[in-house]
Amino acid sequence: MAKTHVTMKVNGASVEALVEPRTLLIHFLREQLNLTGPHIGCDTSHCGACTVDLDGKSVKSCTVFAVQADGGEVMTIEGIAAADGTQCGFCTPGMITRAYRLLKENPKPSEDEIRHGIAGNLCRCTGYQNIVKAIEFAAAKLSGATAREAAE
Amino acid sequence: MNEITPTREERIERLQGMGCKRKRVEDVRFVQGKGNYVDDLKLPGMIYGDFVHSPYGHARIKKIDASKAKALPGVIAVLTAADLKPLSLHYMPTLAGDVQAVLAEEKVLFQNQEVAFIIAEDRYTAADAVELVEVEYEALPVIVDPFKSMTKDAPVLREDIKDKTDGAHGKRKHYNHIFAWEIGDKEGTDSAIKKAEVTVKELISYQRVHPSPLETCQCVASFDKIRGELTLWGTFQAPHVIRTVASLISKIPEHKIHVIAPDIGGGFGNKVGAYPGYICSVVASIVTGRPVKWVEDRIENLSTTAFARDYHMTAEIGATKDGRVTALRVHVLADHGAFDACADPTKWPAGFFNIVSGSYDFPVAHVEVDGVYTNKAPGGVAYRCSFRVTEAAYCIERAMDILAQKLGMDPAELRIKNLIRREQFPYQSALGWEYDSGDYHAAMKQAMDAVGYAKLREEQKSRQAAFKRGETRELMGIGVAFFTEIVGAGPSRNCDILGIAMFDSAEIRIHPTGAVIARMGTKSQGQGHETTYAQIIATELGLPADDISIEEGNTDTAPYGLGTYGSRSTPTGGAATAMAARKIRAKAQMIAAHLLEVSEYDLEWDVDRFRVKGNPERAKTMKEIAWAAYNRVPPGMEPGLEAVNYYDPPNMTYPFGAYICVVDVDVDTGVVKVRRFYALDDCGTRINPMIIEGQIHGGLTEAFAIAMGQEIRYDESGNLTGPSFMDYFMPTAVETPKWETDWTTTPSPHHPIGAKGVGESPNVGGVPCFANAVNDAFKFLGSTHIAMPHDNWRTWTVAEKLGLHG
Repeated sequence: MAKTHVTMKVNGASVEALVEPRTLLIHFLREQLNLTGPHIGCDTSHCGACTVDLDGKSVKSCTVFAVQADGGEVMTIEGIAAADGTQCGFCTPGMITRAYRLLKENPKPSEDEIRHGIAGNLCRCTGYQNIVKAIEFAAAKLSGATAREAAE
Repeated sequence: MNEITPTREERIERLQGMGCKRKRVEDVRFVQGKGNYVDDLKLPGMIYGDFVHSPYGHARIKKIDASKAKALPGVIAVLTAADLKPLSLHYMPTLAGDVQAVLAEEKVLFQNQEVAFIIAEDRYTAADAVELVEVEYEALPVIVDPFKSMTKDAPVLREDIKDKTDGAHGKRKHYNHIFAWEIGDKEGTDSAIKKAEVTVKELISYQRVHPSPLETCQCVASFDKIRGELTLWGTFQAPHVIRTVASLISKIPEHKIHVIAPDIGGGFGNKVGAYPGYICSVVASIVTGRPVKWVEDRIENLSTTAFARDYHMTAEIGATKDGRVTALRVHVLADHGAFDACADPTKWPAGFFNIVSGSYDFPVAHVEVDGVYTNKAPGGVAYRCSFRVTEAAYCIERAMDILAQKLGMDPAELRIKNLIRREQFPYQSALGWEYDSGDYHAAMKQAMDAVGYAKLREEQKSRQAAFKRGETRELMGIGVAFFTEIVGAGPSRNCDILGIAMFDSAEIRIHPTGAVIARMGTKSQGQGHETTYAQIIATELGLPADDISIEEGNTDTAPYGLGTYGSRSTPTGGAATAMAARKIRAKAQMIAAHLLEVSEYDLEWDVDRFRVKGNPERAKTMKEIAWAAYNRVPPGMEPGLEAVNYYDPPNMTYPFGAYICVVDVDVDTGVVKVRRFYALDDCGTRINPMIIEGQIHGGLTEAFAIAMGQEIRYDESGNLTGPSFMDYFMPTAVETPKWETDWTTTPSPHHPIGAKGVGESPNVGGVPCFANAVNDAFKFLGSTHIAMPHDNWRTWTVAEKLGLHG
């Protein structure tokens, strides 16, 4: 199949590559760029294991073509550092990438807002309770840091 | 002592040993996206496999034409049964003594059965080629209802074994029958039920579900033709068993097979068995000489590799008028699908279902199980439970509630009256188990006090009155469940897999600096073994957990073990770890005695050192002893400090718990809201309370999913309805209730550290607790038993049938 030239920023670095028009962003990231942090769990955009940040929005990269990200900015778990609350670790990268964007959109979410905010990301191990706590903790830490910076 | 000498408490804390909330060491890589899962593996020249599946539930294959697929650029080969047959690989043995088709030969027996295997340069081309394989089928009559499996005119499903009168477990009653299994005192039970003042009888079905871990089953097979060696990376809960099975099937000598299970994205029983994808990948690698990757998609996962439950249990309880149980009789019709690939210990075709007498003192009981074939996927795995234990717990806990209803007794009161008493342990059950320990009444009381049980019942009464007056459209239900699990398979006298006893193992090596590498026969899929095993060693050997690496999953380096499922890691692997550590400590004591020039009997253990009795200043720490083990051992002693233990447990362990759940049911929408869920678990000695809590949260969430929505459903033509996350219920953070956890501690008397295993208890206890809560809401309106799953539609239907919609 004829290939298309794409350029984009991934975790701050410029990349360019040839991809088939049908290549999914998740396969492009994992197989061409070797960014194996985001995972594939369901193929139908239900589980969120493949969640990445595209131009300031959370997307499920199993349902985005690489060509749709042409000229865009992508961030994966490899571009973020974060907290705990994991068991098998398979949902974790997508979950953290989603939480990162959620906290940008809403720096002080209520528990209910967190639960709705991560409803596109499935976890089979933890029952979510400690993930929700970790996001609450991150929110408190981030807003604390912001408050301190403002005071300085 | 000077001021920089740490106190005893500080020394204990530094170890991060048993009982502390040590942070998970696995998280460091997981939160950075640096886990190492099978699909992350990339090898030079690697190619991809993909399956052609049957669209029919039962059909004869007339013709397979793969010419168009083979002509597609990038396609390397297409395998069918015809290619596997000369190698005798078109069928593979199952753990249950049956065989399973690797690729369908003359017939397909369930929808999505594997028919051909495409091998292509990349996964997209492989998927394209799947569409180009033309298969001609002749549809045959389908059986999806196990109750119709053994009728006179039922179609023959398994033509390959239709004339076999004996199965792996005795005589077959019908050509679609697999096995009959019974245990207990039939005559005594029949007579006790006949004489009973009160009896109840109910068909309690546990629907077919699927474990669906977030990572599907996958592997990479790489055969080195020059060395004649196979390396197989895969999502294996039991890597050593996979290696043995791979050797038996492929005839490649076992030492030339290297099985590696890297990080696994959840297992829940799905990743115990051997699947056609593994065999086809191995064959493809042998044929092409290149590494072959096979990754299931979600539909393949839900429809081909494994299923759980599909148990149809008719339970009868006999009791006195004042509520003392006198007998239990259960018949099970077990739907095993098209091939009997159930993952149970070999001698146990119905797993440990005979734990069905539960936590109650039944004087007599009898169980019969009939396994049958249907046109459904094979599997029969223990989805987050020990073998068939969640079926048993659901059965007895529903039956006890139904008995309470008939007697007009409170379900908690009925349970308290019949729970096995503390002084009866070790308790010999009527169905053959010796329960090791328990304090059931204390746990039940603690649970009832914690939730304010009496008050909840009062509230329920007033709400029922309000409902009858038409003031509310909500019903309140209170679910009570008291469960006893049986885990830690198991003693070699009765537990084996294909003849291999179900021990487990640990090998601990202490290096000169006191750093430790320990390797285990088990395999974590998210349970946090790297964290908890190190805690056991830290406490046993007085070396900090942070200086201890735990390795699992590589059959070249780890000692042989049976793997992780059925909550067996702590009961078997954890015990092996403690026993291996104790061997090392015994040697360390001799070295310490030599260094201190005293008799070893003059020494005593103190947290992280041996000290001279009566003179605690004279001591040698484990770290010092480790160094000495490599240069100053007593004359005649071998240098080094390491040990291996293969632990054959003397008995199973019996974790238990008391769960209480409160739900509010909207009769007009069928929506069930979980107001509260309280779980008290007793898993014996608690190694890491934080990890235990995580396990309980996760198990309860899976129980919630099963009880409230999950079902692998087939229509009458054998079509699977909705095998994706679009339809198969996966609770998100929004639906998932908040969990309250609690505990009591009754150490196992026969386990070296008193631990019992915990991962599966919340699923075993959770499912009946939710079910009992929903049933309890409708009970006062005359409803006796509502089948799972309690999704909105079914719950609404119950309300409709009870005439609640006017």
